[in-house]
Amino acid sequence: MPERMFTLLIWGAALLVTGALLWLLADTVLQGVAHLSWAFIVDAPEHAGRDGGIGPILVSTLCILGVALLVSLPLGLGAAIWLAEFSRQGGFLGQIIRLSLDVLAGVPSIVYGLFGNAFFSLFLGFGFSILSGGLTLACMIIPVFIRSCEAGLSAIDHGWRHGALALGMSRSTAVWYILLPAAAPAIIAGLMLGIGRATAETAALIFTSGYVDRMPESWMDSGRALAVHIYDLSMNVTGGNAAAYASALVLVTLIVLLNVLAQAMTDRWVKRRIFSA
Amino acid sequence: MIWSKPSSLLLLPRNIDRLWQPLLAGMAVLCAVLLLLIVAFLLKEAIPALHDGGWRSFFNDQSWYPLENMFGLLPMLWASLAIVSLALLLAAPLGLANALFVRFYAPSFLVTPYRLMLALLAGMPSVVYGLWGLTVIVPIIAAYHQPGTSVLAASLVLALMILPTVALTCLAALEAVPSSLHAGAAALGMSKQGLLLGVIVPAARYGIGAGMVLATARALGETMVVLMVAGNVVQTPHSIFDPVRALTANIALEMGYATDLHRAGLFTSGLILTLLVLVLAWFAARTMHKYQYA
Amino acid sequence: MKKFKILLTTLICMMLFSQSSYAGSERLILTGSSTVAPLALEIGKRFEQLHAGVRVDVQTGGSTRGVLDARSGTADIGMASRALKGTEQDLTSHLIGMDGISIILHRNNPVKMLSNAQIIAIFTGKIRNWQQVGGENRSITVVNKAEGHSTLELFLHHFSLKNSQIKADVIIGDNQQGIKTVAGNPNAIGYVSIGTAEYEEAQGTAIKRLPMAGIAPTTEQVRLGKFPLSRPLNLITKGKPSSLAQSFIDFARSPAVRDLVEAQFFVAVASQH
Repeated sequence: MPERMFTLLIWGAALLVTGALLWLLADTVLQGVAHLSWAFIVDAPEHAGRDGGIGPILVSTLCILGVALLVSLPLGLGAAIWLAEFSRQGGFLGQIIRLSLDVLAGVPSIVYGLFGNAFFSLFLGFGFSILSGGLTLACMIIPVFIRSCEAGLSAIDHGWRHGALALGMSRSTAVWYILLPAAAPAIIAGLMLGIGRATAETAALIFTSGYVDRMPESWMDSGRALAVHIYDLSMNVTGGNAAAYASALVLVTLIVLLNVLAQAMTDRWVKRRIFSA
Repeated sequence: MIWSKPSSLLLLPRNIDRLWQPLLAGMAVLCAVLLLLIVAFLLKEAIPALHDGGWRSFFNDQSWYPLENMFGLLPMLWASLAIVSLALLLAAPLGLANALFVRFYAPSFLVTPYRLMLALLAGMPSVVYGLWGLTVIVPIIAAYHQPGTSVLAASLVLALMILPTVALTCLAALEAVPSSLHAGAAALGMSKQGLLLGVIVPAARYGIGAGMVLATARALGETMVVLMVAGNVVQTPHSIFDPVRALTANIALEMGYATDLHRAGLFTSGLILTLLVLVLAWFAARTMHKYQYA
Repeated sequence: MKKFKILLTTLICMMLFSQSSYAGSERLILTGSSTVAPLALEIGKRFEQLHAGVRVDVQTGGSTRGVLDARSGTADIGMASRALKGTEQDLTSHLIGMDGISIILHRNNPVKMLSNAQIIAIFTGKIRNWQQVGGENRSITVVNKAEGHSTLELFLHHFSLKNSQIKADVIIGDNQQGIKTVAGNPNAIGYVSIGTAEYEEAQGTAIKRLPMAGIAPTTEQVRLGKFPLSRPLNLITKGKPSSLAQSFIDFARSPAVRDLVEAQFFVAVASQH
């Protein structure tokens, strides 16, 4: 294949994806922008969401996401570090854990929803609540996050580890100051995928964080997530289309903001380390 | 630069590894226990449909009419597989190409916005994909071949949906390839194409493979999009224009209305799907393992 | 960084302690039919305004779930968009509204009328082309509902069909999916809630309703009890409901919420009060 052809193919693929996204985005923006206003963002919904705004729903969404990230980030990072740095190469336990993570990534979201309902809501007694929803989401994003971080860590040149060892660093020190910053791109990618999957999730949340569209007062309150709201408006509530598209537009903007924030925070964190990879 | 923070380095005691390792291992095991919990939960709910040889009907019955005691799941299993393989066939090369684009071809001012765009695609709610598929893609297909809702429609929308997962994980894998490899190959006078396909991509194969497995798993588990655009008719697909029902859509469509055996049957759908992913993941791990040491 | 940590700690503490703040209020939990849920949510909000300290939490999950939760006590009140079945006679239903079901076609389809026999023949695959019922030479796309949905049960019951006899080309879940599917396909035939179809037609969506046995499919005909395909929207309780649940049910059946019922495109029941 001539070199130019290859370059053309790569550019073509990029254009194709950009085109598809623009199409999808234009469709959402065109149908949603007319309904969008500041009042829409801060007000409470009325008439099952056809009128009024999405204020309480936005708050619930952020709370659920907060719980999910608070649980999944430390747990996921810890597990990834163990898998990549401490588990024996090709060891049995490591293999089993990796396999179960890959399986977990493929469990349908609705099964997570039913499981979350049975386990967190009923068995642990959290009921329909932001806590149940956040924990269910955490279960969902953990496999994606771990696998992404682990892939980043295991791709680091072994020379770095040897160097750290030669300097007399403990493995933990090497991980914290050298390896994690070097794996930062993969960690960001995992974080972005996790945030994306969590904010976009519908099926897992209907049965766990619930349907109540009131402003949540505590994390044991039921709160409707934005994606659930969009699903309800577009598939269940008669005449909810305009509000559904406007909510989708808000959700998309929210995801952009969160991603920029995640990127910026990771950048700062990397700069605090000794090496800037 | 290197010793800007010497004190904190020394503050970590030498024996910290012994403290950390069990804790980290515990975290990893906890995550794996989650799978056991979910499988146990599915099994518990599916038991009424499985015992007394009831499981045979899932494979022997012609079709799925649970209220008339017909529990054939095979057509939906084939449908799920057909949709996912077609979606992966589209998304895998496109995703890798996009990762290569961001890493090696895009002008520097495009890199951050493009990354953001991929993250945006990853974060679009599946409902939005589904709505777009139902109101835009399905009518286009319907103009060529009725009824429009089909394997093809589901695969197209699903491909677009898993593409960012493929692209972002591939990108992370590419970025982790040490720059010394890059420099060495360039010094040998390799062409850019040869460098990418011959050196960089193989060096990043572990990460790329992991990304593909994640994307396949995600596609198999996706519910809402498939429910909205695949047509949901229970039949074994014979062409890409056939409307079909995926296992996930089956659960979502009927769970709210199912009781007793019907409900247990739906949980069996979930169980079979989980086992399917298990087989796929095991197979992928085996292949990659071989590849790693080849 | 330190400030951030302090902020975080305070936030977590606030979350932990705020848990107790609503413990004194009374709470009413409703679960069930996704059709009734948006209406129940609105009724709940108005009810909360009239009764300080009461919270009404509405969750969805389907009619069957409403029945099961009411029976098990997980919910104070269940919601169902169908009548109680023979095996569910241990429960009590309270009618809060009616909903009719209409056959819909794409707006550009010239067919104006179908007899019951023709509808049965189309849905069972005996008639496969619109020409056979006076339309254009196009194949028919049959849109059916997924197993268990109350609209499907009603439809099957009305035409004395079994679900396995229906030869569907597309199977859908919710009303809106049906509307979008038919509006996007000139050859489609489906059935959805009348109120929804009425509203969508008025909004310019490319669908049209077909009369059933000569009776126009309008909410007005459902109200008069003349339309043959209609279903009740029920609240379900087990045994004697608590006084709070009873006052909610009374409120939901009173003229005070008539506008809310109609705003969801359902038919309000003639008031017994």
